[in-house]
Amino acid sequence: MNLMIDRRTFLKGTGGFLAVSFLLPSAVFAQQAAANAGPELPGDLRNHPQLSSWLRINADGTVNLFIGKVELGQGALTAVGQVAAEELVIDFNRLVILAGDTELCPDEGTTAGSQTMPNCAPAVQQAAAEIRAILRKLAAEKLGVGEDTLTLADGTITSGGQSVTYWDLVADLQLEVDATGTAPLLPIAEHKVIGQNIPRVDIPAKMTGEAIFVQEMNPEGVLYGAIARPPTYKATLNDVDLAPIEAMPGVRQVIRNGSFLGVIAERQDQAWAAADALERTANWNVPTGLPGHDGMEEWLLTAEAEEKEWKNTVRADGTAVAETYEAQYYRPYHMHGSIGTSAAIAQKGEDGKITVWTHSQSVWATAAAIEKMLGLAEGMVHAIHTEGSGCYGHNMADDAAADACLLANAMPGTPIKLQYTRAGEHKWEPYGSAMVNKLSATLDAEGNILDWEHHIYSTPHGSRPGGNPGNLLSARYLDPPFEQPTPNDGGPPNFSATRNGLTNYELPGERVVTHFIREMPLRVSSTRGLGAYANVVAIEQFIDELAVKAGADPVEYRLRFLKDERMRDVLTRCAEAFGWDNYERQPNRGRGIAIARYKNYAAMTAVAVEVQVTRRNGLVRVLRAVTANDGGHIVSPDGMANQVEGGAIQAFSWALKEEVKFDNTQVLSTDWASYPILTFGEVPPVENVLIDRPGEPYLGNGESSQGPAGAAVANAIADAIGTRMRHGPYTPDRVLDAIRNA
Amino acid sequence: MSNSGPEQVTESWKEEVIPMLNFRLNGQDVSVDAPGNATLLSVLSNDLKQAGPKFGCGLSQCGACSVLIDSDPVRACQTQAQAAVGRSVTTLEGLREDGEPNALQRAMIAEQAAQCGYCANGMIIVAQALLDRNPTPTEQDVRSALNGNLCRCGTHNRIVRAVLRAAQEA
Ligand code: FES
Ligand code: FES
Repeated sequence: MNLMIDRRTFLKGTGGFLAVSFLLPSAVFAQQAAANAGPELPGDLRNHPQLSSWLRINADGTVNLFIGKVELGQGALTAVGQVAAEELVIDFNRLVILAGDTELCPDEGTTAGSQTMPNCAPAVQQAAAEIRAILRKLAAEKLGVGEDTLTLADGTITSGGQSVTYWDLVADLQLEVDATGTAPLLPIAEHKVIGQNIPRVDIPAKMTGEAIFVQEMNPEGVLYGAIARPPTYKATLNDVDLAPIEAMPGVRQVIRNGSFLGVIAERQDQAWAAADALERTANWNVPTGLPGHDGMEEWLLTAEAEEKEWKNTVRADGTAVAETYEAQYYRPYHMHGSIGTSAAIAQKGEDGKITVWTHSQSVWATAAAIEKMLGLAEGMVHAIHTEGSGCYGHNMADDAAADACLLANAMPGTPIKLQYTRAGEHKWEPYGSAMVNKLSATLDAEGNILDWEHHIYSTPHGSRPGGNPGNLLSARYLDPPFEQPTPNDGGPPNFSATRNGLTNYELPGERVVTHFIREMPLRVSSTRGLGAYANVVAIEQFIDELAVKAGADPVEYRLRFLKDERMRDVLTRCAEAFGWDNYERQPNRGRGIAIARYKNYAAMTAVAVEVQVTRRNGLVRVLRAVTANDGGHIVSPDGMANQVEGGAIQAFSWALKEEVKFDNTQVLSTDWASYPILTFGEVPPVENVLIDRPGEPYLGNGESSQGPAGAAVANAIADAIGTRMRHGPYTPDRVLDAIRNA
Repeated sequence: MSNSGPEQVTESWKEEVIPMLNFRLNGQDVSVDAPGNATLLSVLSNDLKQAGPKFGCGLSQCGACSVLIDSDPVRACQTQAQAAVGRSVTTLEGLREDGEPNALQRAMIAEQAAQCGYCANGMIIVAQALLDRNPTPTEQDVRSALNGNLCRCGTHNRIVRAVLRAAQEA
């Protein structure tokens, strides 16, 4: 039995006609040199050397591109498509891109951490160049001419008056061969597709109501699922009467397995109603003992932790210490908060194999985890990536895939669609970890930094499925339950809790210690930037505090310690565009600036904001914002601006409004009223300064603006009210308290 | 350890069977056989396979499910399908003109006003209603009209520019 979704729809949906303007990595160009120099295969071509794994030329004039990275609304597929079209010398529109199909595409792991362009694009580029070389050879033979007489244009190979097309040559084209690594890439000067600001072609579908998201797909014969969750993470089910639930309208099946309760119904709302009734009528064992949101800062400081010193530069000079200064900052748990709740469609075939349409970032590892959860052999879950709402990290996409499979497994043959309710997503998604940053510095007589010490307290930041069923939410409630594995902290160069924990400043002494807490009071996993947000907000507030103490201008003070020319440029360009030097102070207004280089090696972003604080009620409004960004070689200015501005606005929301609330038993942030985010009326106009560095490597822009944006807001509030907000979010209550206690 | 005791199973789930729902959808008469308490969103997605209106919260908090009833934007997730009976419902797909994007949709495309684009349905529906009653809105008008629509990707300013562009180009 086949799911009644037209395969071409999925091809389109997963990127067949995407032409998203995007930043092309100069990493591609760097790889180019390497590829020309020798037979070492670039990027993921090393793991998947066969040319037909990546590209297929079709007799109908289309070209299939198969890649293991997926579209997350960031436009990655188009960038990779541009590279393929370039090297094959074909029109971009001939490409039909299939991404993230565990059976058809090369396994390129998880789509995260700005790794698509460095690893996927060079692989595709080399594979395409090799295929072009093979086609040229075939054409020369066919036409009976020398290869050096051939010219190429959009799949047509011409020599003198005769020509032959790629599509004519398909019968003789043998791509089940490994890449040699020797086919030369086109010279950059000949590029016609790479570097173009192509409008995203997925956008028309999204603006006109063509189904493109898995949430919008309702195939013929589909039934709908819902999961009844316990009141809290570690609750267990005592007993439940399924009979009244089974009698509810539209309910086809109620599934109980251990403490897991699922429902299949004719309509999504009927499934939700039944799951809700299950939750309310079941008898649960409910443990207490969570620290609660107000107790979390203290909890982080006292919980059992593994201590690791990541940096210890001991100051060599003997300058006398005039003063020591210290401060402590708190970042609460943040949600991904995707606007569309997570969803998936799954169907079990007659052969026992389950196909699942999912917006997971890690289709292979998630499929493997689901196979283990269901006791299926390897290869028995076929995952196909389909677009979902923006995820910003590891949200519930994988849980939805697993839940759809659990239900589909119980009703073979029927496609089961499942989309979570808002509370189902808000309460159960893995959050960005709460963190505490303790900073201290010794200062000389002029207030300059001598010794810097940074202690980072954090629970984990990574619990992606990774082939382990214990990372799938529902698997923990099955009988027997799968244990959740304990995540590790990440080390250099990417780090996780310690990401951006080291400064970009050249300080005489710097010590960084992470206190990594393995216990997870709330479920956590990768959320945009991992530890970078808390670390940058803390570092950039602390240095601001030191500047104020020294009576120095915050830009000038930073420049004393910021030696990297490109970063200095980013900071000064940001200040200039903001009008920092001729800023006119007004009552209850303040300005703030901050800068960081994401992961200490990726994109450099500075953000400056002006805020207004209403003293009567403590309300903070960001009036305007300027970003300055150096992400290396810019290929699509529009794509870069979109990413940088979007990240900054999300961070303003985090900084001003967001905190996951919970008591000693459960999460209390269950909807957008109890977890508000920034609205149109609160979003400031943003000016983006883009600094182009032609020929420099592509640095990745998806996460670089968040830390600086949050810190800039905090610094601006301090500038406006003369008191420091060290505990996020900077809500009216907290600001009012700060004003009163000043 | 504490026990959360089971609640009484009530009869409130029982749904009355009601006659067919008849209304106009994107200019065509439709008849749907759906449970009496079904929401308009449920009928549009489950029964009429409309892709424009999307489930975001089901609580009237985000706007992702917006559609027009006559010329008023409503949140389909919290509107009973019966409220549409005898009226005219327009979804995102219904805004197309002869299958092509209308002026506002074209402006959204021109401004590349999306990251993930999940919120775009609600933005366009609400902005279309604004433009229909006020063809020359100020930036402030646009921001106020869209204030109840959430976007998580931070695409707000592009969306505002797109609405103003649509007004200008009309
Ligand atoms: S889904 Fe209707 S307002 Fe959110
Ligand atoms: S563009 Fe993703 S929610 Fe608005």
